[in-house]
Amino acid sequence: MVPKVDTSFERHDLTDEQLVALLRTMVAHRTLESRGFQLNRQGKIPFASAGEGHEAVQAGAAMAFRRGVDVLVPYYRDLGLDIGIGVTAYEILLSLFGRAADHSAGRQFPHHYASRKLGLYSISSVIAAQLPHAVGAAYAMKLRGEERAVLTTCGDGATSEGEWHESMNFAAIHRLPVVVLCENNEWAISTPLSKQMAQPDIYKRAEGYGMPGVLVDGMDPVACYAAVKTALDRARSGGGPALVEAKCYRFLAHTTDDDDRTYRSRDEVAERRKRDPVPLFERTLIENGVMTADDVEALKRSVLDETNEATDRAEAMPYPKPEDLYTNVYSANFQPWQ
Amino acid sequence: MTTTMAKTDIKTGKLERYGLTDDKLRALLRNMLLQRQLDNRGFQLNRQGKVPFALGSEGHEALQAGAAMAFERGKDILAPYYRDLGLCLGIGLSPYEILLSIFARAADHNGGRQFPNHYSSKQAGLMSFSSILAAHIPHAVGAAYAIKYRGEQGRAVLVTSGDGTTSEGEWHESMNFAAIHELPMVMLVENNEWAISTPLDKQMAQPEIWKRAAGYGMPGRRFNGFDPIETYGAVKEAMDRARSGGGPSIVEGTCYRYLAHSTDDNDMTYRTKEVVQERRKNDPVPRFEALLVEYGVMSERDVEAMRKDVLRETNDATDRAEAMPYPQPSDLYTHVYEGAWEPWQ
Amino acid sequence: MAVSSSATSTVMNNVEAVRATLYEALKSDDRTVILGEDVGARGNVFLITKDFINEFGPQRIIDTPIAEASIVGIAVGMAMEGLRPIAEIQFADFIYPSFNQIVGEAAKTRYRSNGEYTCPLVIRTPYGGGVRGALSHSVSIEALFYHVPGLKIVAPAFPADVKGLLNAAIDDPDPVLFLEHKKTYRLIKGEVPDGHYTIPLGKANLLKEGTQLTVVSYGLYVHWALEAAQKLQEEGLSVEVIDLRSIRPMDKGTILRSVEKTRKLLIVHEDNKFGGIGAEISAMVAEEALFHLDAPIRRLCAPDVPAMGYALPLEEEYMSSPGEMAEAMRELVRF
Repeated sequence: MVPKVDTSFERHDLTDEQLVALLRTMVAHRTLESRGFQLNRQGKIPFASAGEGHEAVQAGAAMAFRRGVDVLVPYYRDLGLDIGIGVTAYEILLSLFGRAADHSAGRQFPHHYASRKLGLYSISSVIAAQLPHAVGAAYAMKLRGEERAVLTTCGDGATSEGEWHESMNFAAIHRLPVVVLCENNEWAISTPLSKQMAQPDIYKRAEGYGMPGVLVDGMDPVACYAAVKTALDRARSGGGPALVEAKCYRFLAHTTDDDDRTYRSRDEVAERRKRDPVPLFERTLIENGVMTADDVEALKRSVLDETNEATDRAEAMPYPKPEDLYTNVYSANFQPWQ
Repeated sequence: MTTTMAKTDIKTGKLERYGLTDDKLRALLRNMLLQRQLDNRGFQLNRQGKVPFALGSEGHEALQAGAAMAFERGKDILAPYYRDLGLCLGIGLSPYEILLSIFARAADHNGGRQFPNHYSSKQAGLMSFSSILAAHIPHAVGAAYAIKYRGEQGRAVLVTSGDGTTSEGEWHESMNFAAIHELPMVMLVENNEWAISTPLDKQMAQPEIWKRAAGYGMPGRRFNGFDPIETYGAVKEAMDRARSGGGPSIVEGTCYRYLAHSTDDNDMTYRTKEVVQERRKNDPVPRFEALLVEYGVMSERDVEAMRKDVLRETNDATDRAEAMPYPQPSDLYTHVYEGAWEPWQ
Repeated sequence: MAVSSSATSTVMNNVEAVRATLYEALKSDDRTVILGEDVGARGNVFLITKDFINEFGPQRIIDTPIAEASIVGIAVGMAMEGLRPIAEIQFADFIYPSFNQIVGEAAKTRYRSNGEYTCPLVIRTPYGGGVRGALSHSVSIEALFYHVPGLKIVAPAFPADVKGLLNAAIDDPDPVLFLEHKKTYRLIKGEVPDGHYTIPLGKANLLKEGTQLTVVSYGLYVHWALEAAQKLQEEGLSVEVIDLRSIRPMDKGTILRSVEKTRKLLIVHEDNKFGGIGAEISAMVAEEALFHLDAPIRRLCAPDVPAMGYALPLEEEYMSSPGEMAEAMRELVRF
């Protein structure tokens, strides 16, 4: 069960500008994802995936991330987090189109960004494989005595993997500066939470590892910001790891290759849409005088313009060349027979 | 972290025996003495150059004897790990079978293929396993699934591991799956505080393994694994629950590994003699002997006679097993697949 | 080809052939259970097990958590305890976490227990590229496993073979890794005999007779090799095409008979070359038929890079094509 939204507006230490920035990330997240699905339907790209319903948790978590200091080890449904820490609309479109100028030079699936400059780690599509990497990065930070932390994320599905367990345990033993943010959207493709675990509160597993576990409403960006910020601050200052569980929901199918009507009802999704975090947060900002309705409209137009412009620019860029297949296998040119 | 030997549970001056008769109590002690004798024999044979390898479970005797008594022969399944000599004895393996394994003779259950202490016997309900930590736990889950799927009443799987194994991903995946499907399985953790040279505090930040059970949505409890009677009570409670449809649980017995990991290990490189000696004060074997004498279950003479009998049986088994032949070179090629087989056909 | 118990047949694609075979296995033997990610309500990501859960129930069609090591490990335990599990790894790219359970456990269970415990289990997984699957939805894994005694590996290309070999795999008393090329899933259609039949593991299929060159392949590339060979036929060149179907065990007789006739050998596979299936075939032919050869053995395989990329040119560069295969065939015939 998702906890009820607190009707009183708690902004923690966020300024008006930061609150607007949160909304902008959420709107950009939704607009860019929608663009991916459109391009797929138009036959321009073979694949897209979406995190609708994750906008709040990702925008909030991204705001707690310290750019230039922290490291983000995300999973593939983290477009909003990537945007929030500095990946541009143009970069996202390059990835969707698989262009040569993309971060991975068109090698990876969409939403598998990596940027050394942003502190954004390279990931694969294999579930939970990124968690040990996050732990390793945090170990390196601790070893060097740096006041930095790693934010790593996963869905509920990843918590069933052995590597999730091994990572949590190791992080706890060494009191590493790593925050594991579980975006619990209740679905592992078609598998509901009840078939993934007997006890649905993932944060409760933290105690068994000897680290704090925190539950937060994943539909509330400010609450998510506060929870992740507390955990990251503690991690940076030597307080060790934490598990933060944000309960959200996956409004769309898993990807463009999935049809969620085969395993859940429209009624269920419609019911959950009532707590769609994007309009919910728009309303919160308007009701609390942070923005006017016109401001919100202008923000949406601005995001759409940016998305359109990025789409055109990225589409016009060239594909990688066939010979690009052979680079970066090893540090230098390599033949198995020498 | 406490594994100090608590006094055996005594209520109102009487021995809490969880329904165990005098015969059963004596059987517990006999199992414990036999474990120690056979472990010891493995190390002796290794020093004599007769066998290349041996592995001991000194300190686990009480835990294993107690747990084995909660196992229902002919019904339950045991999926053990390699430090479970006492459990295997307790569910029906003979000293002769143990020695065949130590000597790697052809008549051994696995034909001399496996390391010692990797027994398997379909007839005894003892699953085959490898030396790879935690690899057997999903197998136990699969077996428990089969039992539940076929609707077999009154059967359960007892799966064991050391503390070290709980760090493996497959341990986690298995606990989670068993909980989801409410399988008839009991995860018995024999927490001896050492993963070869790695102490508990380098294995986990929070040393009470049973507490992880809540995160999976199943019951967990801890008991004093130096006390065979308390062990029996705890494991029996969990097995009874599993057999009657109540689902899985994690039971953690605290014990201690008195010897090095194996004949190939030197534990003095990572812990001191003093630490081990301190823990020896709680050695479950003499303490249980004393307890049975104190409560009049056995006399000191009875205990002495039992020790002699165990030694005689071990000697006899050693001689018989040693005299048996090795497998033939041609036995290397059998049981790769069913029937004769070549990769090129 | 397949021996059928029935004279009638049905046209189906490879997805339908897998589905029909699994359905019959579930129908005919209640020891059979299917476990894997999204095999239940979703009916597997390619809809192979669609509606099975409604007919056979969640006890037999098990939606597992995302935990591949235990998917295979639990199947091993089920098999040891008398069930006939069919485990599914959603994409072959996700099989690595279960490597120990396949190589260290399933393949060794019979051996280590000296025959007392066995592991009759099938692990099905879609593999291969050409579907814009990028780095983590397009790999070939067969070479990582074909080195392993105790394991059998099958990689059929045609719907009739899918059915016959999957039936054989399910009946087999030992663990079988059943590889389904996902590009062929809906692309390849064919007649599938009705009724139950099996095709023995380790029997290749001579698809097209020829006299000047032997081409050996499996999976998707069988279809492309056949297309190329037919093109060469129009040019007056005679190429023999063998579909291995089974990778472990592998059919020596069919390959040797063909090579001794054509005196030239081309091996074509999608997996990369170094240490690939073609290496073993080359070594076997060199050991057993060297003096029958009129030309060096040639292998046309993927380059030595980790995987094909997402962008179309990277995928096309990685994959071969009927045109490229035809050119390799021409060169070798003319040698």
